[in-house]
Amino acid sequence: MSHRESNWRAEFLAELKKQHIQVEVSALATMPLWQIPAKHWRSAAELAQGLSARWVSGWAEQHSGQYELNTLFAVRGDFLLLRTSVPESNTELPSQATVYPAANRSERHAQDMFGIHFLDHPDNRPWLRHKAWKKHQYPLRKDFPLSGDPEPVTAPDMDYQFVKGRGAGVYEIPVGPVHAGIIEPGHFRFQAVGETVLNLEERLGYVHKGIEKTAEGRTPEQLARLAGRISGDSTVAHSWAACRAMEQAAGIAISPHAAFIRGILNERERIANHMGDIGAICNDVGFAFAQMQFTRLRELWLRSNRQFFAHRLLMDCIVPGGVSCSLTDEARATMRQELKALRKELDEILPALDLNSSLEDRLLTAGWLSEKTAAAFSAVGYVGRASGQDLDARRDAPCLPYERLNFEVIVESQGDVASRLWVRVREIFASIKLLRQMLEQLPAGVIQTPWQTPAADSEGIGIIEGWRGEIVTFVRFDDNNQIARFYPRDPSVVNWPLLEKIVLNNSVPDFPVCNKSLNGSYSGHDL
Amino acid sequence: MLRLFVKTLKTGVVTERFRKPKQSELEQLGIEVKRHIDKYFSGSLAIREVDAGSCNGCELEIHALNNPFYDVERFGIHFVASPRHADVLLVTGPVSRHMQTALLRTYEATPNPKWVIAAGDCAACGGEFGVSYASCGAVANVIPVDVVIPGCPPSPEMLIKGLLGMMR
Ligand code: SF4
Repeated sequence: MSHRESNWRAEFLAELKKQHIQVEVSALATMPLWQIPAKHWRSAAELAQGLSARWVSGWAEQHSGQYELNTLFAVRGDFLLLRTSVPESNTELPSQATVYPAANRSERHAQDMFGIHFLDHPDNRPWLRHKAWKKHQYPLRKDFPLSGDPEPVTAPDMDYQFVKGRGAGVYEIPVGPVHAGIIEPGHFRFQAVGETVLNLEERLGYVHKGIEKTAEGRTPEQLARLAGRISGDSTVAHSWAACRAMEQAAGIAISPHAAFIRGILNERERIANHMGDIGAICNDVGFAFAQMQFTRLRELWLRSNRQFFAHRLLMDCIVPGGVSCSLTDEARATMRQELKALRKELDEILPALDLNSSLEDRLLTAGWLSEKTAAAFSAVGYVGRASGQDLDARRDAPCLPYERLNFEVIVESQGDVASRLWVRVREIFASIKLLRQMLEQLPAGVIQTPWQTPAADSEGIGIIEGWRGEIVTFVRFDDNNQIARFYPRDPSVVNWPLLEKIVLNNSVPDFPVCNKSLNGSYSGHDL
Repeated sequence: MLRLFVKTLKTGVVTERFRKPKQSELEQLGIEVKRHIDKYFSGSLAIREVDAGSCNGCELEIHALNNPFYDVERFGIHFVASPRHADVLLVTGPVSRHMQTALLRTYEATPNPKWVIAAGDCAACGGEFGVSYASCGAVANVIPVDVVIPGCPPSPEMLIKGLLGMMR
């Protein structure tokens, strides 16, 4: 860690003081928490940006008679939570979106759900709100009932003002919400000339099902179940992040045994998804061989999941205080064999991908994301790492088991579809190594530590590197062991806007492969 | 190219029928599906999958139906791109209110006779999400449902069983 990284928070504090911004310093577990007046919200973001801090996540909360706004910043592993509050009677504060483009949709989220008014926001169209609730209703306010007052049939949102393209030969292609394949719903609006994409605009929010609101009032067990269903492909990572946040709030340390089992589950989830997507990306450019081989390997992998953990996708294996399952010595031996077999298969299949010229022709240079754009939009996960963003929460915000394991963070700078694919290939190998180490070192211990009711108002932040990237989950408890606020920031939230960038100047038929190479979760984004 | 052929030949056919010709429950089910489908649809069943608000877990298992182990196409079951080509709507998720009209329109666009399968606990009863300001809950709250396949998510075997249920 360089001097600069370890000291950015000190520099930030000095800069804030220099600008006469009053800072109330406290901490949330091990993370510094600084409270500043709302009128300096944007200036603080400008100072953070000047120190090259990454915008990690932003969320609002109605708490103790006011609205609290949070922005999480980080330089590498040094996180900092910045907080401000506005009174319920006047919900205005300056927007950070002009400084950090990644804050744009996050602020629109707070605008739609809480009625926060961000001054000088570059784009204050609604984002999650279509027509399920009315303009001046805000579902996450405490006085809004969970049931709302919906119409018998919710009308489609025809009022959204899409960006228009004009000029000779410019035409528009609207796609979705229901797509042609077996995928999640969302709307894409293209402007194209000939086959070239001039502009793409995403409209998401179709699978918004009120996860943040339904979370309120839940017990820890119920929240873990819900978190496991934020995005079915990331059930392990999301339930881990939620449990970690809750455990932090309750001051519970899980056993090293349970932590290792969580790590094994997380790396198994990563391998399953990487294999599925590598096959699917190749299939999107007509290379069926890879699709068949990788769906075969994935199916074998999921069958082992069922054998070891009683669920193909590993749902509900992570529970507050630990895990619900363990591994027998026999199962560990079987898993070691499985890893060996997988390695052998990959060694046979991958050269066929690497040497295939038609694959190379379609994937190289397609969907290019520059390092600069990736950094500006706070790209995470393999999308960021294929474009030079050296970020991995397993290393940067480590917890057990990762702090005891050796592994390499895979970073490339090529930034195209091919690069995102090969980063994921290399991550499979890294995960195999991690799994081997965890099977080797699995400490003995209990699977679950008894739960303790957290103090009223206690809060926690769980940061977990899922297969798609860093998940940041905020939890607050009320005085009765129930959830008062839950906000999981899926990696898709920051990665989705990049799809609009990477397809520019690509041909329309390359959109599916560009989209697949990024693979944002609609459900994880829409909540 | 050679590597590709070598691997393909070495992998052989993994489709379950060939691996366990007699015992495989899946295969028996498949044959029965085929028999029913033949009777009503002359050997072909076109399915339009609609994610009406799912967490995407159900989609992952529906995808698996096309992997070389299950390979449902051999039974005449195939997934189509438009509801206008479909005999069956396979709907997942609680129906989010923002997808309600889209689901209704998809249903209307599907020609008669048509069947609706609600796949997964969410589609069956609303699952973890239930009915709220943002969710209509079960698929049956929005369009008529013929068959319900439980599970979170239903396994590929369960999905094939569900198709069988629909044909009875
Ligand atoms: S049934 Fe389970 S897997 Fe399917 S959409 Fe609901 S939560 Fe996801």
